[in-house]
Amino acid sequence: MNRQMNRQLLSGDEAVALAALHAGVSLGTGYPGTPSTEILETFFQLGGRAQWAPNEKVAMEVALGAAFAGGRALVTMKHVGLNVAADPLFTAAYTGVSGAMIVLTADDPGMSSSQNEQDNRRYAVAAGLPMVEPSDSQESYDFFLAAIDMSERWGIPVLFRMTTRVCHGKSVVVPHPETASAPPPPHFEHDLPDRVMIPAYARPAHLRLRAKLAEIAAWGETCDLNREVARVVAGGSVLGIVASGISVQHAAEAAPGASMLTLGLTYPLPVERIRRFAASVDRCVVLEEGDPVVADAVLAAGIPIEAKADMFRFGELDVARVRRILAHDMSPEATAPSGKAPELCPACPYHTVYNTLRKHDCIGSGDIGCYSLGVLPPYQVMDTLVDMGASIGVGLGLRHTLPPDQARRVVSIIGDSTFIHSGITGLVEMIYNPPPTGHVVIVLDNGTTAMTGQQEHPATGRTLEHTRTGQVSIEAVARALGIPSVTVLDPHDDPDGFERLLLERLAASELSVIVARRPCVLAAADIRRWELQATARVLPQLPDGACEPAGAAR
Amino acid sequence: MSATGSPVTNVVMAGLGGQGVITASDILAEAALHAGLDVKKAEIHGMSQRGGLVSSDVRFGERVFSPMVPHGEADYLLLLAPTELAAVQGCLRPDGVVIGTDLVAPDDLPNKRSLNVALLGALSVYLALPQDLIRVAMLAALPEKLHATNEHAFALGREAALARRAAGG
Ligand SMILES: Cc1ncc(C[n+]2csc(CCOP(=O)(O)OP(=O)(O)O)c2C)c(N)n1
Repeated sequence: MNRQMNRQLLSGDEAVALAALHAGVSLGTGYPGTPSTEILETFFQLGGRAQWAPNEKVAMEVALGAAFAGGRALVTMKHVGLNVAADPLFTAAYTGVSGAMIVLTADDPGMSSSQNEQDNRRYAVAAGLPMVEPSDSQESYDFFLAAIDMSERWGIPVLFRMTTRVCHGKSVVVPHPETASAPPPPHFEHDLPDRVMIPAYARPAHLRLRAKLAEIAAWGETCDLNREVARVVAGGSVLGIVASGISVQHAAEAAPGASMLTLGLTYPLPVERIRRFAASVDRCVVLEEGDPVVADAVLAAGIPIEAKADMFRFGELDVARVRRILAHDMSPEATAPSGKAPELCPACPYHTVYNTLRKHDCIGSGDIGCYSLGVLPPYQVMDTLVDMGASIGVGLGLRHTLPPDQARRVVSIIGDSTFIHSGITGLVEMIYNPPPTGHVVIVLDNGTTAMTGQQEHPATGRTLEHTRTGQVSIEAVARALGIPSVTVLDPHDDPDGFERLLLERLAASELSVIVARRPCVLAAADIRRWELQATARVLPQLPDGACEPAGAAR
Repeated sequence: MSATGSPVTNVVMAGLGGQGVITASDILAEAALHAGLDVKKAEIHGMSQRGGLVSSDVRFGERVFSPMVPHGEADYLLLLAPTELAAVQGCLRPDGVVIGTDLVAPDDLPNKRSLNVALLGALSVYLALPQDLIRVAMLAALPEKLHATNEHAFALGREAALARRAAGG
């Protein structure tokens, strides 16, 4: 009865946020990225302390510091975010942590909203960190609590890997906060050999890491993150499936009669358990989305299993594809006709900019955000798009290399959140190694991280909670770095002025930054409301007689 | 049929960004939850606000595994944007039912934005779920100022579906 009353329908992201709350996570940090963004937003709404960092590397370091302090820290990002944060990740494996640290990576097989479909299980192997993978929302909740305990028990960051369907899919969760262990109070102990990775300390740290992993591997052989369901089939031969993540659910539906070994701990793998399982069935198939990570490791251990055909490495799995894998059906798969593609909102401030770039046949070194829709007709003004921040570096490389008549048409196009994330070092490069024809960087500043659902960032001057905080000025950063020409304007209000300015800057052999500033139409009303609230909140702290900021809510 | 042999109801909802597909699927899933059933829901919502195709799967029954409705196994397709039929109709089983704007036209509604709720009303006629559970979930999902319009839309949808049924459609 009680169980029945506690049932909630939650997405995997929401379930993780709830578990983080119940586990007493002292700090959640990260950078927005589909499908991970809702975790920190929900954690805040539930009463947790959550903040956006300028990028994933900084977020990882902040979380590491919190875990060095003995806190329970959560850092969230999408799969490609882990590339940005990989440097601290690999050495955090050596330092370990005093409290708990969960590094949550949300992968996107099938690329519903990403530039690649990299499989971050590879990071667990490469960095030497345990990896936990839930297959639905209940497991997202349960496994998160388990991951916190693992992290504290072995003093090691734990990678928590989710995928789009687990993050955004909703399923029933029965929370059990009473089973969560109590967080120890934060406390700092000097421990230089453990935390200072100079070579002399790092060499023994690497040995310690491998010893921890060996212990975790032994524990993993019997831990209940990995589960076995044996089916006895009278007469017929027994099919065994080893699966992890969302494939567990597809497999349970596609092959109800199969024996299953489901892996919640995918690194280190419970090799001996898999060996026994494989020996107990007539045919053993490893089902996994993406790269053949588990299959390769199991085959390398000399266990006879079947891996999926390579055609199923691409895109997501679903029930139909799992049936095909089990049936060795490698006939070509029908591709569904595509539906209407997304497009720039009719009133988006970027239209004027893209009209102008197109009119003058610019070579667009593009970046990632809503503004990437400029790659589609009618504009097609983005000639390259690789990773966040690449617009500036790639634009400079093009300028350095192309003949002058073409070089002069190269423009870097970058959003405000992306500029803060990884555009600033691009400007440093531009100052340090300027192309002979100069360069033009357009910052499309719509006052929000529109792409991922309108999150705040350091240049909005408001926190994740939309309260007032320190504000980074994009134009002040550019000027301070020494860019000779920095202009701020509203391209929508003054399209002719924008065109004149762009042509003038392209003609000048100088370094220029144009900040095209106008709020996102989807976010404008919210931004106004947040501004009013933020202003109202700081009012009581104004000294006597100070002027009230214009537009204060009363 | 689910793995265990007990029936799972499969609903796919599709429309364009901003039409309320996700809200409608949330409402239906909550109703199934309150009916004491197992329920799962899947959707892709990357750039859903930029006017592209949005679709969402809702599955409920005694036990549900995959959150995605297998291709060709949807019992019902709730279609808010007729232009997207070609892109999504492959989800339906051969005798599956399309519930779309031919049943309730957006122009017949007091507010076009409640098309999602009107079609839910129509769907409720076909489902074994008590319609009140869907209505309650709908009210819980929407701000109070929208309750009256949406109650009305839900009722219009139900009437249209009942009429179609009576006519043998
Ligand atoms: C390393 C990395 N982190 C996060 C993302 C997800 N992401 C793509 S673009 C973007 C920011 C977009 O904001 P902005 O630059 O302000 O452009 P807008 O969408 O507002 O036009 C984010 C968070 C990503 N692709 N790569």
